[in-house]
Amino acid sequence: MISMNKVSKHFGTFQVLTDCTTQVHKGEVIVVCGPSGSGKSTLIKCVNGLEPFQSGEIIVNGVSVGDPKTNLSKLRSTVGMVFQNFELFPHMKIIDNLCIAQVKVLGRSLEQAREKGSKLLERVGLREQAEKFPGQLSGGQQQRVAIARALAMDPICMLFDEPTSALDPEMVNEVLDVMTELAQEGMTMMCVTHEMGFARRVASRVIFMDQGRIVEDDSKEAFFQNPRSERAQQFLAKILHH
Amino acid sequence: MHEFDWSSIPNALPFLWDGMKISLEITLSAVVFGIVWGTLLALMRLSSVSVLSWFAAAYVNLFRAVPLVMVLLWFFLIVPHLLERLFGLPPGSDVRLASAIAGFALFEAAYYSEIIRAGIQSVPKGQMAAASALGMTYGQSMRLVVLPQAFRNMVPLLLTQGIILFQDTSLVYVSALADFFGAAYKVGDRDGRLVELLLFAGVVYFIICFAASRLVRHFQNRLKTA
Repeated sequence: MISMNKVSKHFGTFQVLTDCTTQVHKGEVIVVCGPSGSGKSTLIKCVNGLEPFQSGEIIVNGVSVGDPKTNLSKLRSTVGMVFQNFELFPHMKIIDNLCIAQVKVLGRSLEQAREKGSKLLERVGLREQAEKFPGQLSGGQQQRVAIARALAMDPICMLFDEPTSALDPEMVNEVLDVMTELAQEGMTMMCVTHEMGFARRVASRVIFMDQGRIVEDDSKEAFFQNPRSERAQQFLAKILHH
Repeated sequence: MHEFDWSSIPNALPFLWDGMKISLEITLSAVVFGIVWGTLLALMRLSSVSVLSWFAAAYVNLFRAVPLVMVLLWFFLIVPHLLERLFGLPPGSDVRLASAIAGFALFEAAYYSEIIRAGIQSVPKGQMAAASALGMTYGQSMRLVVLPQAFRNMVPLLLTQGIILFQDTSLVYVSALADFFGAAYKVGDRDGRLVELLLFAGVVYFIICFAASRLVRHFQNRLKTA
């Protein structure tokens, strides 16, 4: 479904990603973790072309992301993305947040879009909030809406960029629950997250990054039980301490 | 001590009102055209195509570096001739209003574009990313997501600029166009009551602009609470 081959990226002389290679198969849930500044967010933003990269190749569902001839908008409409800061459109009601791209990008009728939107809101437990504006919702609720908004496009896979990092602790679980459910339904997912409990529960594989390189790319059992690199051991020791 | 004599004002009111209509017409058209053209300039300025951003930067810097009254005079002196040639109008057709509106619109667009550029930049970058991630094109993301938020943030500034523009319309007197100020000047000149008429005009400008800026403040407060 997603295949990366020797992807490298630099800002000026600063190397952000170096030779990143991995595969994500249909139905897999990949958790990407690593210390801050290790390039994890940049890596998944390369998958839908939000971040350009200078060399290497990313193929999503048979389409090359880096190819200048690729219609990126069309590709992105098939790849859902959830951001750290939710990025709901604050000038639109919740239901309109869910409908706008369905109507303008996929060409669905407003009626179809609203029906789909309501169903998804129901699914994330926020049906009553449809007519409110994003500013009236809590962070956890907003992030659930953002997930519903991405799902409304019927994506073939979902990218999560630290979806719980901006949330108050008591709201983290409501978002993780939605993501867990999604994973169990077989959605192909790539999640940048520090939530190791989530990784243990649903990940098929864990990718560990450090200084722009993929240092480990292994099954979650192997990663948690005996990480090979020293860097990953240190990271796990720190993060699992609490 | 000057003896005030206000008696020429009541009879002149219909004439002054005609002048006010011209002032308002120039203001409104220049605000509308200025915002539309200013938005395009702002988008060009922010564009990654260097020819476009260079052109927009040059345009803005040029118009912000020359006095408005000069721009108006150029338009008054040159544009009517051009229009006569282009459209084969008989010489001496009155295109003063059209050329004044064009002059104001092009001049104000330079100021509006800077306000709008700041407005666009005030919208968090993630909004553009989110719109793109949903498959929207650059145009759709701008039109449906970024610009609506940018304009919402900018309403007070755009209105304030409109008030300044309204005051500046008095400069069209250089083209002998009878806007409100020009009309007041003409009446005062004719009746030898220039001081009274200009005082009256000043009071009217003050009342309108003061009321309008209170209105802007009201909007601003509503935006803050929203």
